[in-house]
Order: sequence, then structure tokens, then C-alpha cells
Amino acid sequence: MIEVQSVSRRFDDLTAVEDVTLTVGQGEMVALVGTSGSGKTTLLRMINRLVEPTSGRILLNGVDTGTLKPHLLRRRIGYAIQGHGLFPHYTVAQNIAVVPELLRWPKDRIRERVDALLALFQMPPVEFRDRYPAALSGGQQQRVGVARALAAEPEVLLMDEPFGALDPVTRARAQADLRAVQARLGTTTVVVTHDMEEAIALGDRIAVLDRGRLVQYAAPAQILTAPANDFVGQLIGQSERPFRLLALSRVSDHLEPGAAPGTPIDAESSARDALAECLWSGRDALPVVRDGKPVGRVTMAALAAHAGGPG
Amino acid sequence: MTALRRIDPPGLLFGAMGVGALLLPFLHFRPNRIVLGDAVHLGPFYVAMVSGLLAIGMLRLPQWARLGSGVAGAMLLVWLAGALAAELSDGAPAAARVSPASGAWLGLAAFVLLIADALSKMRLALSLRMAALALACGAVAGLLLSGHLAQISVLQEYAARRDVFAAQSLRHLTLAFGSLVGALIVGLPLGLLLYHERRLRTGVMGILNLLQTTPSLALFGMMIPLLSWVAANVPGAAEMGIAGIGFAPALIALFLYSLLPVVGNTVVGLDNASPLAREAARGMGMTPAQVLARVSIPLALPVIMAAVRIVLVQNIGLAVIAGLIGGGGYGTFVFQGLNQTATDLILLGAVPTVAMALVAGIALDLAAEAFER
Repeated sequence: MIEVQSVSRRFDDLTAVEDVTLTVGQGEMVALVGTSGSGKTTLLRMINRLVEPTSGRILLNGVDTGTLKPHLLRRRIGYAIQGHGLFPHYTVAQNIAVVPELLRWPKDRIRERVDALLALFQMPPVEFRDRYPAALSGGQQQRVGVARALAAEPEVLLMDEPFGALDPVTRARAQADLRAVQARLGTTTVVVTHDMEEAIALGDRIAVLDRGRLVQYAAPAQILTAPANDFVGQLIGQSERPFRLLALSRVSDHLEPGAAPGTPIDAESSARDALAECLWSGRDALPVVRDGKPVGRVTMAALAAHAGGPG
Repeated sequence: MTALRRIDPPGLLFGAMGVGALLLPFLHFRPNRIVLGDAVHLGPFYVAMVSGLLAIGMLRLPQWARLGSGVAGAMLLVWLAGALAAELSDGAPAAARVSPASGAWLGLAAFVLLIADALSKMRLALSLRMAALALACGAVAGLLLSGHLAQISVLQEYAARRDVFAAQSLRHLTLAFGSLVGALIVGLPLGLLLYHERRLRTGVMGILNLLQTTPSLALFGMMIPLLSWVAANVPGAAEMGIAGIGFAPALIALFLYSLLPVVGNTVVGLDNASPLAREAARGMGMTPAQVLARVSIPLALPVIMAAVRIVLVQNIGLAVIAGLIGGGGYGTFVFQGLNQTATDLILLGAVPTVAMALVAGIALDLAAEAFER
């Protein structure tokens, strides 16, 4: 658990972060969103003390991080950055092993951990262990970067625009992978992004920052339906809002009994995909299947009703 | 047009050099070591052979064929020089000298460039290139030991100075490598310091730049009073060989000239070591010393290695200047030769210097490449 308590950071006469208080619960994934210069990266870097707060304090599992040695604190916190920051002169395995080596884990434990992480990110260890970062695709480099951040079983994972350098297709896959891995490991995670879509895809909760201040901290659905002010509304994008809202729910949430013609859709697909399919194939309703068996249907009317705002 | 397409552009240049070489005199036959003497040209048969080999080098043929013609051409010219010199010297007075003339040097240069061009286009594996370098050194050594070139004037100068030559070679190497080692011992920590303390950069780099641009003669001049004072006043200094002129000031001058490349490249290399990798290293909990040792320095190493190469090649050449102040090395022969207007003696100092710099440069390139994998 991370508790940020009235934290501010000033650089000369510029206030990067002003009096921010927020709590990230155990096992939660929180997205920090804002435009450039909103202070989101500075806030993230204060958690592992790459930047020191000017005032206020940050507790990690109840302990004031200011009382710990910075490099020892950082070894307990996974850190992944945009453009991955892999060491070009280390192999994939050596890169992932950096923090376990710093913590002096036994050799076989490190080896096991490296292989397990590579397998977790669907990179067969035999094939990838001894490669150099230059011999990997952008998506693979990014996965190694995240695997490295997770290597020493950190209490907390911090990510700064981790997927910023990836193309849209690779990025969507990386987000899904991260979500799955995070759910499996239950690591408390804070991810910085300027992209509201990414924040919605990743965050259990979203913290919106504007000019150093925390303007809203809430679950994605609430951010979408009740933006705290115009700035949050702009970040969401008015025309995108209904679709982003739909993307948060599954087809199974809108299931009703009955039948419909045409190709069925899986109950676990997002409601957004279902609406897209309705529009594209010109149907008012789609048959829904789960594990290949028909379980009912979903109608465009139900989806449309859900996509509307509270007013 | 099709004919043009069969021409290898660098080969054309080597061909032009070769034609120039054939028009110039091949050897000079001189009654003694100082006067100019008569020009000796190659006969038509050998002109035809050399032209044929050059023609092969000019065409877009498989590179092993161009390499072969280069090697054959170089060997032919060397053999001709030795054989003709022996023939001319036979029965001539003892003071007579046969020396290679512009044609021989230019022709040899054309074939050596052809060899280098063919080798680089063959993209040989690292180990094969190392073997090629060793083979070339071995071939030159074998040629000199064989005595085939014994009647060539430069080697006659060598024969007269055989014992001094070995000592001066060693002295030359000591000057070049000793100053490099000194520059590394001082320059690497200094570079590290400047990397951390940006405020010091302008001042220190300014001083090093000033040193670099100071003419060597001026530097020697300034050291004479300084080192004489040291020798007279510091106990033990004179016994160590420190004096106003000689080996010590030469070594110090070379050391000072080496500092700028070493310090400059260390700073640039560390500055340019991937900032992302450094940021990640710090964020993962490395101490500043660990970031330096595990990330910044390894990433800066290729740039630092480049400085080592520059310094070594530069110092081998510059060490000649030590001859001027009695510091020893090949410069001794160069300056003796200049005083006696004996070109052959100058060459006895100059040719080994060039060869040593060339071999050191290539060897360090290969070492750097081996190191990077």
C-alpha cells in the first residue's frame, strides 16, 4: 500500500506537484493521467525517491520512505520506463537479473526467476535468455523491461509511460499482458500515462493531475460519467466517451434471454466490441455464446442505453 | 557504357598511381650516400608485368583475384628492387648506394592500397583479419631477415647501426606506450571527475586544449629550466635520469599531448552512455558507484578505446620529435639524416615509425572489435 500525504515538489519557482494526497490500496493498479507538465512523472518519481518531496511524506506499507536509504528502498520497488531502458551490453537474462543480483539472491533462484518471468511474458527462455536487447522487437524489449521491474518480487511496481514507444497493436497486447500479469501477481502498481484510453484500460482507479494538483481520483466509470471539471472532460474526449464507457463492461453484463440471427459474439467480449459488431453488420441484436454454447442475446438498444450519460 | 561498368573506381585510382610509378625512375644509383646519382627505370618486360597486375586490380573481378594481383605486384616490386640493387652494386665501389626512387615507392603504395581495398571488400571474419595482419608483419620481417634487400641503401644504413637500432626501437616504443599509460592513469580519473563536476569542465578542457596546441619545440623550451631545476633540487631526480633535455621532457611532452583525447573522450563517452539505461539503473536501486561501474563505464568504453587508438598512433608519430632533444627513438636517425643530408638515414627513422603506427592502428581496431562482442 502506498500513502501519499500532502506531498509537494517545487523546482526553483516552478511548482511541479502541489499538495497531493492519495492512497493506492494493496494489489490495486492506479493510473496517473495528465498532460505534459501536469506533475504525474514527478509524483511517480517521488514514490521511489528519484525526486525528493519538498514537503509532505510518502508511506510504503506504513513506513515513511524518507527514513530509508534511497537505493535500498528502490530495490523493493519495481521500475519500468518508456523506451524500456534495458542495458544494451547485458543479455536479456542479465537484464532481468539486475535487482536480484543487487539483493544477492542465490544463483539458481535467480535463474529460476528469470525463466519463470520470461515464460510469463510468453518469451520461451531457451530462445530469449541469451539474446541482447538489440536483437529483440520493440514489444519484446518492453516486455523484458517489465519483467526486469518485476524480477525481485517487488512490493510495488512503478511504470512511467511504459508503452509510449509501441505501435497501437503491440501496445494493446502489452496492456492486456500487463493487466493479466498484475492480476496474477497482485503487485500494487502505479502507471503514468498521458493517454486516457490507456488509463481506462489499465487502472482500477484513475488519478487525474492538472498543473500539479490532483483534480479527480476515482474508478474509470465514474471519471467517464461524472468528470470533476472541464479539464477532465477534455481528457476523456466528449465524442469518445460513450464508447469508452462501453469498453468497461462485458457482453455478459447486458445479456438477455432470446435468440438473434447471424454470427454469435463471446460473452467475455467488451460491450464496445458488441456495439461495433451491431453497427458494422447492420443487426439490432447479436446471439451470445459462452464456451461455444448459446446463452442468449445482446441488443443494440440495451448497449445504447448503457452508453448514455446519467442525464 | 558496359565497359565502364566493369571498372572498379578505387582500382582506377590505384591504376593511375601505378602508371605514374612506371613513368618515374624506379631506383637511383649513386656514387655515394649524399649525391643524387642516376635514375634507373624498369625494363619493358617488367613494365608489362606490373601493368597487367594493375589492370586486374582495376576490373570488377572477384576480390580474391584483386587481392592476389595486389600481393603479386607488391612482391614483384620488392623482388625487383632487391635484385636490381644487387646487380648494380656488383663490382661498384663500396661507397656507392642504390636507393628506391619515387617510382618504387609510388608503385608499392598502389599495390598496398589495392590489397587493403580488396581485403576490406572481402569482409573477412575478425580472426582472419588478425591472421592477415600477423601474416603481413611476418612477411615483412622474413623479407628483411632474408638479406634479399641488403644492397638497398636504407638497409645499408641499418647495417651500419644495427646495435643502436634495436635500442632506439625499444626507446621509441617506451616513449609512445609510456606516455599513453601515463595519460590513461591521469586522464581516466580526470575525465570521471569532469563528468561529475560540470563546473570544472571549461577550465580544465581549456588548459588541455592550450597544451595540445602548444608547439612541441615551445614545450621543450619551457621544460628545460623546469626540469633542470627539478634535477638540481629534488633528491634522486637526477639519478632517475631527469634533466632539462633527453628522455624525461620528451616523455612528459607526449604525455601532455595525450591528455586531451583521453580526458575528452572519457567525458563524452560517459555523457553519451544511454541516459535511459542510467535512469533505469538508478531507479532499480544501484548506488552511484554501481551505476558507474556496471552501466556508464561499459557503455563509454568504445569511445574511450577510440581515444586510446588516436593517442597511440599520434604518439608513435610524435615520438620522432624526441630525437631533437636527445630523447632517443627513431627521431635520432631522422635528425642525424637531416644534419648530414642523408636521405637514407632519414628513411631509416621514418619508415619504421610509419610501419609501427600503421600496425598499432590496425591492431587496436581489431582489438576494439574483438572487445565489443
